[in-house]
Amino acid sequence: MGARRQRSSSAPTETVVAAAEAPSVNRSEALDGLDDLLDEIDEALEANAEEFVRNYVQKGGQ
Amino acid sequence: MAIPKICGIETEYGVLARGVEMSAVAASSILVNAYAGRDFASTWDFSAERPFVDAREDRVFGSTFPEIEYQQANTVLTNGARFYVDHAHPEVSSPECRTALEAVRWDVAADEVMRRSMTKASDALGDSAEIVVYKNNSDGKGNSYGCHENYLVDRMIPFGHLAAAITAHFVTRQVFCGAGKLGSEVGPSVDGRLFQVSQRAEFFEEEVGLETTVRRPIVNTRDEPHADASRFRRLHVIVGDANMSEFATLLKVGTTAIVLAMIEDSFFPIDLVLRAPVEAIRRISANPRLSESVETVDGRRMTALDIQHVLHERACMWAERHGLESVGVECGRLVLDEWGRVLDDLSNDPETARDRVDWVAKQTMIESYASTRGVLPADARLKAIDIQYHDLRPGRTLADKAGLRRLIDPDDVISAVTDPPASTRAFFRGSVLARWPEAVVAANWDSLVLDVGADVLVRVPMDDPLRGTHDLVSQILDAAATPADLVRALGIRRDDMTA
Repeated sequence: MGARRQRSSSAPTETVVAAAEAPSVNRSEALDGLDDLLDEIDEALEANAEEFVRNYVQKGGQ
Repeated sequence: MAIPKICGIETEYGVLARGVEMSAVAASSILVNAYAGRDFASTWDFSAERPFVDAREDRVFGSTFPEIEYQQANTVLTNGARFYVDHAHPEVSSPECRTALEAVRWDVAADEVMRRSMTKASDALGDSAEIVVYKNNSDGKGNSYGCHENYLVDRMIPFGHLAAAITAHFVTRQVFCGAGKLGSEVGPSVDGRLFQVSQRAEFFEEEVGLETTVRRPIVNTRDEPHADASRFRRLHVIVGDANMSEFATLLKVGTTAIVLAMIEDSFFPIDLVLRAPVEAIRRISANPRLSESVETVDGRRMTALDIQHVLHERACMWAERHGLESVGVECGRLVLDEWGRVLDDLSNDPETARDRVDWVAKQTMIESYASTRGVLPADARLKAIDIQYHDLRPGRTLADKAGLRRLIDPDDVISAVTDPPASTRAFFRGSVLARWPEAVVAANWDSLVLDVGADVLVRVPMDDPLRGTHDLVSQILDAAATPADLVRALGIRRDDMTA
């Protein structure tokens, strides 16, 4: 996890490493898959993330 | 000998009303009432609630006694669960389950209940407003709400012994059942960028205690067995995170049930006691590399994974010696296998556990998003991913996009929304409610009060969680044409009746 975190400053490297670890998936498929996933996340995310995070306030519970 | 580990999960969900001004209590009440209106509502019977009884003989005076909230929406479901408003949150307490696998099924069914409630409530509120529910445990601003577990424990085990032994597990099990969180929100080290293993860990301030809303203890002493108090304890566990991953819930409940059974069988490694559990639970959470080591009272330094490996090894030996009947044989084997596998994966490369472990799935998602989109660490979108990982609206649940493995067949989830487990007294509660809703005047974990058309109401005691099962009562239920028939067939005597 620590090594992965250090790599994360350069995004493409991380993706290539992930693809290399899964030989059945070639690089461009892995990149497409990641792109699709990130698009899905963007679609699901609140349009105004900053306002949403600020307004996400709960009363304490048990 | 270990007694059957009857178990259940109570989840307080986060709740937001959007496009309409209302309090969290009002929003929660709308959810409960919207759902109950469709199925049916019944009155919860509070007469047996004693949340302020302390399991320790030397009571701590000055404790903040939990309050029972009488006026808020409250209902019992035909699956044996309770759905109500607690501390400004909608809460589902699952029916009593016989195994961890059943607990997972009814926990996922509780999420489905919340989804149906959201849909009903939002339909009623119109296009411009909605109520949204989140299955998490913190708002990132210092407020936490719980996901509690309950386990049936033999009253013969001294509470002090139980608490001392279980603490090492409660402090370290977060490595596979932590839900992950971006940021630290409890001073003095408030930091929005620190990724943590657990949502709840930093809210714990005591080792053992009665409170659940302030000065939270790792081991909670609430002694309210909801069963025959001379034979049973209910261990009320407040230290866990709510899980989106079904595997994480299986391991959270399954490993804890096994460790409790080991304690009952005097098989717990007695030297596994931590020197500073509160500091340890926080430090382990703050180190997702899992390299943090904590000290035992005999001076060894062990990582959370070291401690879990010892517990798992010991559990396998316990299973050989004592068998797995107390936790369900099939489920017990599954838990032991998956427990060992997830510890090995986390030890070799945590990322390989991202299809089962919530915090790894969430951290991977946040890091992929940040690095690929070129987002700065302080960008609000990353915290939004953290919160929306737990968003229960269909299509908005980011956990669903994390590639988590499913454990429960979707059809079994849907049936568990209405049907109780066959294996505990929840079967009797749920079945009576489904057949004769108008006759159930009040329900509680350990009794039902029925109006059978006589001049008095009848209280049916359910002191033993292992009675009232499908095997024991289904024939009686099927043969009864009316609630009065049922009461006669059960042999309820006049002196059990209540005015």
